[in-house]
Amino acid sequence: MSAVEPSSGSAVERFEDERFLRGEGCFVGDLELPNLCHAVVVRSPLASGRIVAIDASAALALPGVVRVITHDDVAGLATPIPIRVGTIAGLEHYLQWPLARERVRYVGEPIAVVIATDPYLAEDGADLVAVELDSDDAVVDIADALTDRVRVHRDRSNLATSYAVGRGDVDRAFAAAAYTRKERFRCHRHSSVPLETRGLVARWDAASERLQVWGATKVPFYNRRLLAQMLQLDERQVDLIEVDVGGSFGARGEFYPEDFLVPFAAKLVGGAVKWIEDRRENLIAMNHSREMECELEIAADRDGRILALRAALVADIGAYVRTTGGIVPAKAAMFLPGPYDIASYACEVRAVVTHKTPSGTFRGPGRYESNFFRERLIDMMAADLGLDPAEVRLRNLVRPEQMPYAIGSLVPYEGATEYDSGDYPFACRHALEQFDVAALAPLRGELVDGKWQGIGMACFVDSSGGGPPEYARLEIDAPQRIRLFTGASSSGQGHETSFAQILAQALGVAPHAIEVVHGSTTALPRGTGTYHGRGMVMGGSAVSRLADTFIAQLVAEAERRSGVPAAGLAYRAGAVSRRGDGTAIVSIESLCDAAGLGDEGARKLLRAEAEFAQPVATFEYGTQIAHVAIDAETFAIEVVRLLTVEDCGHVVNPLIVHGQVIGASVQGLGGTLLEQFVYDDSGQMLCGTFADYLLPTSTDFPNVEAISVDRAPSPLNPLGAKGVGEGATGAVGGAVANAIADALRSFGVRVCALPLTPSKIAELIDEAAAPQRR
Amino acid sequence: MKPPAFDYVRPATVDEALALRDRHGDDAVFLAGGQSLMPSMNFRLAAPGIVIDLNGIAALAGVEAHADGSLVAGAMTRHRFFETSPLIAERLPLLSRAMASVAHVAVRNRGTIGGSLCHADPSAEWPALCIACDASIVLQSSAGSRRVAADEFSLGVFTTAIAAGELLTAVAFPPWPKRRGWGFEEVSRRLGDFALVGVACVVDLDASGCCADARLVVFGAGDRPVLASRAVEALRGCRVDDGALRTAAARARADVACRSDHHASAGYRSRLVEALTHRALTHALHSAS
Amino acid sequence: MTRTIPISLVVNDRHVDAELEPRRTLADFLRNTLRLTGTHLGCEHGVCGACNVLLDSEVVRACLMLAVQADGHAVVTVEGLSPARGLNALQQSFKTHHALQCGFCTPGFLIAAHALLQEDPHPSRARIEEAISGNLCRCTGYIPIVQAIAAVAQEQRPDAAGEPRT
Repeated sequence: MSAVEPSSGSAVERFEDERFLRGEGCFVGDLELPNLCHAVVVRSPLASGRIVAIDASAALALPGVVRVITHDDVAGLATPIPIRVGTIAGLEHYLQWPLARERVRYVGEPIAVVIATDPYLAEDGADLVAVELDSDDAVVDIADALTDRVRVHRDRSNLATSYAVGRGDVDRAFAAAAYTRKERFRCHRHSSVPLETRGLVARWDAASERLQVWGATKVPFYNRRLLAQMLQLDERQVDLIEVDVGGSFGARGEFYPEDFLVPFAAKLVGGAVKWIEDRRENLIAMNHSREMECELEIAADRDGRILALRAALVADIGAYVRTTGGIVPAKAAMFLPGPYDIASYACEVRAVVTHKTPSGTFRGPGRYESNFFRERLIDMMAADLGLDPAEVRLRNLVRPEQMPYAIGSLVPYEGATEYDSGDYPFACRHALEQFDVAALAPLRGELVDGKWQGIGMACFVDSSGGGPPEYARLEIDAPQRIRLFTGASSSGQGHETSFAQILAQALGVAPHAIEVVHGSTTALPRGTGTYHGRGMVMGGSAVSRLADTFIAQLVAEAERRSGVPAAGLAYRAGAVSRRGDGTAIVSIESLCDAAGLGDEGARKLLRAEAEFAQPVATFEYGTQIAHVAIDAETFAIEVVRLLTVEDCGHVVNPLIVHGQVIGASVQGLGGTLLEQFVYDDSGQMLCGTFADYLLPTSTDFPNVEAISVDRAPSPLNPLGAKGVGEGATGAVGGAVANAIADALRSFGVRVCALPLTPSKIAELIDEAAAPQRR
Repeated sequence: MKPPAFDYVRPATVDEALALRDRHGDDAVFLAGGQSLMPSMNFRLAAPGIVIDLNGIAALAGVEAHADGSLVAGAMTRHRFFETSPLIAERLPLLSRAMASVAHVAVRNRGTIGGSLCHADPSAEWPALCIACDASIVLQSSAGSRRVAADEFSLGVFTTAIAAGELLTAVAFPPWPKRRGWGFEEVSRRLGDFALVGVACVVDLDASGCCADARLVVFGAGDRPVLASRAVEALRGCRVDDGALRTAAARARADVACRSDHHASAGYRSRLVEALTHRALTHALHSAS
Repeated sequence: MTRTIPISLVVNDRHVDAELEPRRTLADFLRNTLRLTGTHLGCEHGVCGACNVLLDSEVVRACLMLAVQADGHAVVTVEGLSPARGLNALQQSFKTHHALQCGFCTPGFLIAAHALLQEDPHPSRARIEEAISGNLCRCTGYIPIVQAIAAVAQEQRPDAAGEPRT
């Protein structure tokens, strides 16, 4: 085989694109199976109430309706859906059963499932299922929830968990500080809202007693294990298959009630059942996130050197605890100090349940919230002390010589942690230069062309990887037909290309020779999945290890054949030869020929497996800067420019990394300026359509930029990779809120809550103008 | 989100459509562009027994230009036609410009003037545009036809002056006066969204360049478009300076009741009424001279 | 109520006869009956644009049309825009500019971009942004999509040069 251009690090166009561009992608909604039935979930129209009766007779009388499943059907089998990760004491009392039993606790909670021969008929059937509910009072906000006036789970407090973390000596720091300030902040409810809604196709084959489920992603191997348990099957009877996935951003792929109900239905009817969520359901039933309040106090010296942070945060996690447990508030608490060298920190963390959609993780979970809280307070401090906000940050950022930087034990289910590597001040300075903040200084707070101009920034750190190992497997059928199986899952990250690049680079073969099979439990015996930026960090590293393993296998074989010790051999571009000789002793090509003739030994050599284990997370970081212009009359908010400088360590594919940061930034902008799940007092969610839940469009944020720097590769994996894809989202709330506060500085507004909309700005200005009441 | 079952007919003439409506009564709905009715049916908020598709009635499509300068637009004329037609750009420039704010191209390719008027969303552009142009709505039933002035047509949220058995067949626009200027301003959360507040206005100058008449319509603020007559009264005359425009804008703000919802507070909408009225009138005066 | 209606139309240049319930949407007819699954459903209320198809060369939301309404018309889906093998210039430009990640919204954008370029072969950047503003994408942040379309628009210009934003 001839020498090949280096692949890892190149902006290779994606291999997976062709099928999507031709409309030949296969998403779960595209699947067609013989004798396929269709499921529709009957959901609670009330936020709180007692189930008096469910009458499915009219539904069952409809031609085409096959079955109606209620809690009684699953009672013997189902269990509450357990917490997968983020276990914190207390949360286990608020788990959700796949179907509501006795009570409903949020609008959208599944009550029954209608199975019919056609999706239209299934919906007709769902309309005919008569659910009688006795309505009860609903509790829909944090303050009310904390009083326990109305309990979401009757015999339990709404305070699902409460704990404290910290480091250093906060009391002493505050007592000695020259400057302190306390503020209350609020982050609003919004979430992933991918363009493809959730969906599953499940097929039970009674003859072979096998269950196949398509539509899996994120953590298919864990979900398979859980599903098998819940259905009282052996794991080996169950396959979870990942097809093409239309975005996840943290919310898809967790084990939801439907992940039990649809396979259960398939087993019940003894065939294939398809369930595709519609958008109205998606907005009400897919994990919400981000709703959190924080009272935050900062202590500093006169030069703005931060001595301590003291925080009390409360997360509204909705009616039940989902599979991601307490991750959101826990990570908010962990990342509250951010990339700054803050010696003392104390945080009380509370999570309350309310009669709203349960919450889970969403891109930068907890980070978005706490970056907003902290970066706002830093700007307030800077203003109070008459200091430049950028200078204050540079004064406090963890310095490279402090790496690895111990942050203490800030998460109940994780031990002591440290930021592994990074040059935080470099990223900050680079962003300031690239943005030319100095040149823009005269504009700050000024009215220019009828618009108030503001600049804001946020420095961030985020984590990736860690957790369970990832696995990879190799099968070579021909020199141009190499199949790479990975336990990592994909929902748009481009692994079919980037993983191929890694393997291609290591093996010295053309990337196009490599087909990547991802995410399905059929691909390999063990796997974990993609979340927390672990696609590249763990999955990519497993590929790297796999290459090492494969090469070592070939070298060992060459050693055996030639008698030359390994030190005298070299692997290059698909062949092992004597060093300095060049004559191949063993080659992929020759092994393929031999395997083709039935040589089992050769075939075995063309297969390899590897795993990458690294329970310690790696930390990406960066700085984001925003320039906003606010119309003086309409308060329309224009994001003149948003720039993120991020260090995600070694970059395998710059095209993909850049795309991730742009996409992450725009999603963060949507969250900050457009999106919100609004509830009324009775727990009805008012944003049930795309006319109400507003996603960003092409005309909203056309000036978003991203710069990648590789200053501090991760020492924790063979690629040197840190994750990318969440950091930029997490910073936006802080950067943009700071820019808006900067623009409106002459009004004396208090910018302490998200989202920020023109109407809310009008309210802030009116509030600031109102005479002070004592 | 699939529609519930219904029967479907596609008549070729208005008379057939009316006969079908008479036969089926309230169990029938007319399907025009489908850009409002179809979402309604997909959400199962509307569950008609029979859908009468108007897309096959040639007589309802197209715009007739009359010698006196008036225009009659068939009810099934698409938003996209108004957006791209040179005839409309020349004769009714306010409509041309306003179309760019109506949803997005895909919706404008199907949505119709008749459909929008009948749907009567308080934030929609068409009802306000028709009032600004002093258009007449032509309604037909099997008993005959009548005309309703645009400013008497929208009665509230999703409520119009259409009586049972009537079909909106056309909108008649009076001739566009020679020295007319126009203004159109809209604020929405994103391009193409329903207006939080919008203003459509026309200003007519007389031979000596004085303001003879003005019509200013505010939409999106309350439950229907509002013709802000008092606000523009003082504009009649020869000294229309910016001060007069600001006064008019302040009056419009005082006169137009605004609602609150999760997109915008009443206070914010009020502020927009004033700001957009000023901007629209400014543009109108400039474009008139 | 379950009366079916016969229809006759052209889909991707092929004549199609079918008979179906009037309530079946054009999107579901294309996806489920004709198995043209490139047209996607993201909202079923006309906002997201994932279901865009061309009806007599104009972009429409297939989720807001009844299949029976397409009787006598010509429909083109993303499959109909594609060459027999490989990618057309617009599709290739999307690939080059990394204008897709999960790919779910992509067919809708291709239809919208195709229609734009048919009407205006050299649209400005602002025009491009406006023309695709009725399509939602959750992954890319739109900028690479605009760049991909702009590159094709640029290529079609005889005097191709850096283009200012207008």
